[in-house]
Amino acid sequence: MLFKISMSNIRKSIKDYTVYFFTLIIGVAIFYVFNAIETQTAFLKMNEDQREMINILIKAIAGVSVFVAVVLGLLIVYASRFLMKRRNKEFALYMMLGMSKWKISLLLLCETVIIGVGSLFVGLLIGIGLSQVMSAVVANLFEADMNSYRFTVSASAILKTILYFSIMYVVVIIRSGFVISKCRLITLMQSGKRSEKITMKNPWVCVIVFILSAAVLGYAYYMVGWDYLRISGNKLVTAIIMGAVSTFFIFWSVAGMLLRVIMSMKGVYNKGLNSFTFRQISSKVNTTVASMTVICLMLFLTICTLSTAFVIRNSLNRQVQEFYPVDMYAEFGRTTSAETPEEAKNFTEKPLYTSLKDEYEKKGLDLYEEFGEYCDFHNYADPNFTFNTFLSEAKDELKKELPSVISTDDDYWLEIIKLSDYNKLMKLYGLKTLDINDNEYVLCASFGGMMGFYDEILKDKAEINVFGNTLVPHFNKTYKGFIRPAVQPINGGLFIVPDSAVDENAACDNIIVGNLKASDAKEKQKLEEKFREKWGNVMGNLEGEKGIGYSEYMSSRREEANSTVGLSAMVTFLGLYIGFIFLVSCGAILALKELSESSDSVPRYTMLRKIGAEEKEITKSLFIQSGIFFLLPLLLACLHAFVGMKFGMFAISMIVTGGMLKPILFTAAVVVLIYGGYFLLTFLGSKAITKEQK
Amino acid sequence: MPLLKLENVEKYYGSRSCLTKAVDNISFDVEKGEFTAIMGASGSGKTTLLNCISTIDRVTAGHIYLENTDITALKGKALNKFRREKLGFIFQDFNLMDTLTAYENIALALSIQKYAAKDIDKAVKTVAEQLGITDVLSKYPYQMSGGQKQRVASARAIVTNPKLVLADEPTGALDSKSSKLLLERLSYLNHEHDATIIMVTHDSFSASYASRVLFIKDGKVFNEINRGADTRKVFFNKIIDVLTLLGGDVSDAL
Repeated sequence: MLFKISMSNIRKSIKDYTVYFFTLIIGVAIFYVFNAIETQTAFLKMNEDQREMINILIKAIAGVSVFVAVVLGLLIVYASRFLMKRRNKEFALYMMLGMSKWKISLLLLCETVIIGVGSLFVGLLIGIGLSQVMSAVVANLFEADMNSYRFTVSASAILKTILYFSIMYVVVIIRSGFVISKCRLITLMQSGKRSEKITMKNPWVCVIVFILSAAVLGYAYYMVGWDYLRISGNKLVTAIIMGAVSTFFIFWSVAGMLLRVIMSMKGVYNKGLNSFTFRQISSKVNTTVASMTVICLMLFLTICTLSTAFVIRNSLNRQVQEFYPVDMYAEFGRTTSAETPEEAKNFTEKPLYTSLKDEYEKKGLDLYEEFGEYCDFHNYADPNFTFNTFLSEAKDELKKELPSVISTDDDYWLEIIKLSDYNKLMKLYGLKTLDINDNEYVLCASFGGMMGFYDEILKDKAEINVFGNTLVPHFNKTYKGFIRPAVQPINGGLFIVPDSAVDENAACDNIIVGNLKASDAKEKQKLEEKFREKWGNVMGNLEGEKGIGYSEYMSSRREEANSTVGLSAMVTFLGLYIGFIFLVSCGAILALKELSESSDSVPRYTMLRKIGAEEKEITKSLFIQSGIFFLLPLLLACLHAFVGMKFGMFAISMIVTGGMLKPILFTAAVVVLIYGGYFLLTFLGSKAITKEQK
Repeated sequence: MPLLKLENVEKYYGSRSCLTKAVDNISFDVEKGEFTAIMGASGSGKTTLLNCISTIDRVTAGHIYLENTDITALKGKALNKFRREKLGFIFQDFNLMDTLTAYENIALALSIQKYAAKDIDKAVKTVAEQLGITDVLSKYPYQMSGGQKQRVASARAIVTNPKLVLADEPTGALDSKSSKLLLERLSYLNHEHDATIIMVTHDSFSASYASRVLFIKDGKVFNEINRGADTRKVFFNKIIDVLTLLGGDVSDAL
């Protein structure tokens, strides 16, 4: 009997439940797809590095899943509470007919179970289908072999999904049981007859509040988006709080203010159904200020997460090509491990010359055996030419202004290389060479934060003194470039000087970059492994010298590219995972609100039809209403995101270069797909609800 | 030529096995400038009849002509246009938009008909004066009394200068004082502005303000009386007499 009533209840309120059910299904499907990655990728042939990256990805997803479950749980509790409120009259009827509260709770339990099982079943089916696509995506990303792939279903992911969602449903059941046990018949019965009182805000108060919060928001924007070089942790938190609070007050006041503005335009306001439409919107926005704020902030986070993820992904993939133009890179240098001041003085006054070739020859090996084209050069250091002497008096001032760039008092030797070495290297990389006069130098860097900083100093035509030669800058700003291959623009600054200005005795680290003597990837890997083994042998058996330590580093493009793919896959998946869930949550909340609002407004539309409003006009009004309701939080979120991304790009400028256009387009596509889908669903739903009943 | 002409109008509900004749072969004419009341007990079919005239409901058989147009043949857009331009509605439960002020409620009827903004203002102020609601124009429905709401609804009904005003139990939710005020206003509109009004009611006091009363019983016209030169009081007594004839419904009618 209970089951029968539950089923008919669900069928009856199917309009209210569609969005809820739809959201649950999407939630379940997304949850399954991401948690099934482990099983889905088990069949893919990939190397150990990639497998390792996948394992890290799986762990990260498991962690994020807990967070996602909390978000979904809150959404489900919110939605069920919302749907329950709409049924107060029905509960009142049951109670008047003598049904006990316990029975009503059982009824709700029955309904939740039916919906829960249904959504889990459908969601898992969709999820299993989608996860096959996911496998292809992963395989493509890692360039893995899909030949041995077959259709897979992840039992562990299914169990995990069922477990997590069951917990959510149990919370919902407990909550609704609690609400039912507390409610009183009289309040239930009167719930529909709530006075139709419309709380109108004083329009002038709205205008003032709006202007004030816009100003506060503007200041927060300035702090984060334009003045970011001077921002500190505390200031950032202040700016975020200011942003969130002003967002709230903007939503609090925006409807009143806009209404005031539109009302003053008599021609617009008194045209067609406009007066009705705008009043509807304003009353809707005014009653959902808190939800609007939360939705706006969630959209903001989504947009930032998605576009940052895509920026990182795109630039990582591109940067390997751009910043790692050769196959291998190795560097070797001596460092002091001096214990007494006398010993240290020896080393600091005169840098230590090192030659890799010599070290290899000592062991009877040929350093260049595996290389085809290569470039072998040294960098130089003048003990009197340090970071502090370069900055000289500008230091204190800059330190105050740019605390994020100069944070320590540590001083260090600045790196110098010869022009001829640089040009040789650029020829190998296929990049532009330099031509400078004998009394000039070029300051070359690629790390965004430092470049801006050097620009400030170079503006004043800073002279430098290296090995007794006075040099002036060739360019009045930082020259963008690098010498060491890397996957990121991390060159923090080096000085390119004429060969004549260098003291050959001051050579320090030995750097070798080059291409391997092989044509295809497999052979390259073989040669690389050979070189790596030799490198280990030589470096592991260096003869000890008193007070001297060694620093050595080597990397290959293959290795870097692998970890880059792993990192970009991780960033993409996590970004999409969180982004999807947030978008679904935002869309669902707005859709539920708007749809229930529509069914409350049915008499109004009947009225409009009776006084002769045309169907087309009513549809237009509904479209504008849902449109503005969905657009308002999105617009503000986009503004937030614009500023947020400006800061975000600065924060990740260490690892990222390149265009924002593609990531933004991609993010927009995802937002339009999900959020727009909910909008469409809402609009069509409202249209169906308010349609004339015959 | 009558303004409104009903010819053998019938409206059936239900299936063949269980047929309800809500309106059973009713014919009558309404002249321009007439104030007609339709009386009858609950379930007599008077509201169904009104719904058919107002094109909210479709007739099963018969024809309704307004200015020689057969409105039972109208469809879709033409129907909306007809409703919008020729008819004005007053409902028992006011049906005002609670999010709009009185002024905006009245103006909405005009803006739906695409009146220019400056004409709207003038028209609203004029009609508000006629119905004595100038001082509540800036108020919202929840700030008004029932009588004020119904007069705002009436203003909305007549502001577009409809050929025919249809009122469905307009005093049904009002106290006697407000009822009287509303009916006086309606009769003023009828006398001074030549408005044609059809009012459905089961209250003989309300009906006594009309110039003519049709009595309906079980879907048929049972009787019809004209006020002629009678005072309202005399007319009221005549109505009571007919109701007594109708039998059993007096207590219901009062």
